[in-house]
Amino acid sequence: MLPSIEDEVAKWADDPAEELPKAIKRNQLPKLPELSEVEVVRHFTRLSQMNYGVDSGFYPLGSCTMKYNPKINDVLAGISGISELHPDQSEDTVQGTLRIMYALSHWLAEITGTYEVCLQPSAGAHGELLGALIMRACHKFNGNAEDRTELIVPDSAHGTNPASGTMAGFKIVVVPSNQNGTVDLKALKAAVSSNTAGLMLTNPNTLGIFEEDIAETAEIIHRAGGLLYYDGANLNAIMGRTRPGDMGFDIVHINIHKTFATPHGGGGPGAGPIGVTKELAKFLPVPQIALDKKRSRYYLDYDRPHSIGKIRGFYGNIAVLLRAYAYILSIGSEGLAEAAEISVLNANYLVKKLSEVRGFELPYAKGRPRKHECVFSVKQMYKETGVRAADVAKRLLDYGLHSPTTYFPLIVDEALMIEPTESMEKEELDRFVEALKKISEEAYSNPDLVKNAPHNAAVTRLDEVKASHPKTMALSWRMHRNRNVIKAATS
Amino acid sequence: MPKAHIHPYIPNSMPETKHEMMREIGIKTIDELYVDVPQKLRLNRKLNLPEAMPEQEARHHIEGLLQENKSTKDMPTFLGAGCWPHYVPAAVDNIVQRSEFSTSYTPYQPEVSQGMLQALFEYQSMVCELTGMDVANSSMYDWSSALGEAVRMAVRINNRTEVVVPRIIHPDRCATLQTYVEPLEMCIKKADYARETGSINLEDLKEQVCDKTAAVYVENPSYLGFIEAQVKEVAEIAHDKGALFIVGVDPTSLGVVEAPGAYGADIVVGEGQPLGNHLNFGGPLLGLFACRGEMELIRQMPGRVIGMTTTLKGDRTGFCMALQTREQHIRRERATSNICTNEALCALASAVYLALLGPEGLRELGETIMMRTRYAIRKLSLIAGVKAPLFKSPHFKEFTVNFDRAGRKVQSTHRTLFKQYGIHGGKNISKEFPELGQTALYCVTEVHSKESIDRLAQSLKKTVKGKR
Repeated sequence: MLPSIEDEVAKWADDPAEELPKAIKRNQLPKLPELSEVEVVRHFTRLSQMNYGVDSGFYPLGSCTMKYNPKINDVLAGISGISELHPDQSEDTVQGTLRIMYALSHWLAEITGTYEVCLQPSAGAHGELLGALIMRACHKFNGNAEDRTELIVPDSAHGTNPASGTMAGFKIVVVPSNQNGTVDLKALKAAVSSNTAGLMLTNPNTLGIFEEDIAETAEIIHRAGGLLYYDGANLNAIMGRTRPGDMGFDIVHINIHKTFATPHGGGGPGAGPIGVTKELAKFLPVPQIALDKKRSRYYLDYDRPHSIGKIRGFYGNIAVLLRAYAYILSIGSEGLAEAAEISVLNANYLVKKLSEVRGFELPYAKGRPRKHECVFSVKQMYKETGVRAADVAKRLLDYGLHSPTTYFPLIVDEALMIEPTESMEKEELDRFVEALKKISEEAYSNPDLVKNAPHNAAVTRLDEVKASHPKTMALSWRMHRNRNVIKAATS
Repeated sequence: MPKAHIHPYIPNSMPETKHEMMREIGIKTIDELYVDVPQKLRLNRKLNLPEAMPEQEARHHIEGLLQENKSTKDMPTFLGAGCWPHYVPAAVDNIVQRSEFSTSYTPYQPEVSQGMLQALFEYQSMVCELTGMDVANSSMYDWSSALGEAVRMAVRINNRTEVVVPRIIHPDRCATLQTYVEPLEMCIKKADYARETGSINLEDLKEQVCDKTAAVYVENPSYLGFIEAQVKEVAEIAHDKGALFIVGVDPTSLGVVEAPGAYGADIVVGEGQPLGNHLNFGGPLLGLFACRGEMELIRQMPGRVIGMTTTLKGDRTGFCMALQTREQHIRRERATSNICTNEALCALASAVYLALLGPEGLRELGETIMMRTRYAIRKLSLIAGVKAPLFKSPHFKEFTVNFDRAGRKVQSTHRTLFKQYGIHGGKNISKEFPELGQTALYCVTEVHSKESIDRLAQSLKKTVKGKR
């Protein structure tokens, strides 16, 4: 695989084995696999066949927006003009990329209704951390960082919100949802004080319900001197209809891998740019991609004295962001609005169809339209048959479908959180409904069949307790091997 | 009626389907689905974005823009500094492009995600073999954020308030660390280096490390490319005061340079990009994160970890996410980190890369890099007025090139090198380390042939001699 060393290089160079001091020279090579290329390719191809992706079929994982990832975007990201570009190259040699990123940041500002967008965060949670740090920087700038110590999150929030807030040094204050599943304004008013740094909210929320009191919510927070943070996980539902910036949010993150159709990669990489108001723009990390209009030249702007500094190496997940640029260009302004509308239509179609399934119930705000997702509870089914949400999820795998998100949000018992996205055709939605109807019938007639599912997947149900128990865990091959050595020695 | 916007990515945008579904749910217009959006918050206009472009046009447009770039494929480039040019075998690209992998997400349903789970377990296992650690997570965003997380982990373990890092460190990495620990109100102290070798000054280090020190951090190879040889001594100084020892690595060195686990590291972080991932203008990258196998460390680890287990029936081996109770979706504000989306596909690329290389391949890679680096150093050293490197230590992949004796500035030298000879020089570090004078950091890997190194040497010679 490696090019051979030219004779002259060998002659001029030292023998590496002799160049390194003994103390630091590696004597025992790492125990890596010793395989031919053929074996490696077959191995990983076989593994890929034991993996379900968006291209495999319906993937209604709530809050994750598993929409179709257009193939052209991958092709474009593979061009050497982007893939072989070094981040420290002189700006003259990277004008094309800077121009794309500059345009993308402006498009995202338009979509979110924010003043300036920073493309750097590597993921949604990374954007949240940055957003919370900007809140902190802003309060510090205003001389009241010591008082502004509390960050409010609703009980229906994604787990990343409280986790990001804590990382940024805030104490988390949880406010309950009301019977409509939206923020309880009374409780919010009681929670805000001169200690409030801000509120983190997603809208539509994790129940798929639009927080219609958002303007009042924003006023409560702003009047208390806090800032409003928008968790962009659910942005797909509202593109072209309404914008977080117009709702009063000061900081907005965007999950590029969700809303803008880039592949989720089995867990990543994604990208989580944030947009902010004019007042907060000065705190964004360096560098920002800027345009010198006189010279029509793009450059990396480090001259931002109030910047919070760096949140990662270099400038962001450029290969992911390029795909988003291609997506927006391919689908256009009206296409984005259409994507939002159809994602909402699809979710409401499922609400209608699944409400007819025995044991399924739609908690909160009945009769109100959902946005991009809906959350059903199978509490009734559990009571009557012992079949839980997790069992329904596993049984769906037998029908060749991916399961929804389960047990989230935490305010719904036995939750199935379903996000069909705009990518699913009606026939696939119908197949999903049919599968759940059948599973419901099975639960009421032969619950064990469901409880022991899946039966047709690569493996049957796994022992997750064993995987995490200190006595049995094997988090690497080395750990597994050492444990067996110890076992053999003691037995 | 408004024009229908049928789009190939949106199957139900077909008017008949759309209307059938609207009829089913009992609405006449899509607006009815947005009734709960208050009037005054509605946009009521089109987003000011381009109109949709057919695939062929979009492709042509983007290809055109990318042609304005000049990539490392178009010119010999000697840049590294945390993102390194390496050959990516075709088999790696081919595997990561398989959409069963690329279009999946976090393996919440392990029974239909065994492929990614096993691949990530193999990745973790190989990172452990490379670093000499017992446990690795399945990826962080990059080296910089991994370092930030590692120091925060140390603080969770020993509840201390200071961290000591070497003065020779990538400024952006140090700045990221600063951002990550700022909310903890930690103090970052810098240990000086020996002017002769670049190595950490042990006397100064001893003075900086105390019972407030949560962790001592070193990099091997260092930011400026020299090998840090006194690592055992550093480990001892850290451990004597009850601090954790964190080591940052370039993993391509670990076929020739000792595993940090063998010299006392408690946590290892690093940049996995050179293992089978393209440059991509600096992102995505791949944060390596590994630690020793004690439960007190494992419980405080950030990020997703894949474990090997069996089916409940016990009849088959399988893989699933382990220790999820550390993570944000379970533990919320008490989670060890907020990370959710990570760099799994880059980790997969690295797993494939390492499997293709094997142990001997990794050693050979390390030796090739060292020999080419040495060759480049010797060639550049022959140029009057050029000193390469500044430090008397063995170097791996990167080395400093100083132009002070030639009376040249890095910036103008590199401008000429590029304009006249079509070569992109190394990274200008004159502002980062003013005490090192007019100095650049050059990078040489297996992709730099003898011919390109010779061309660099000849061109640099002419440039340095030439008019300013």
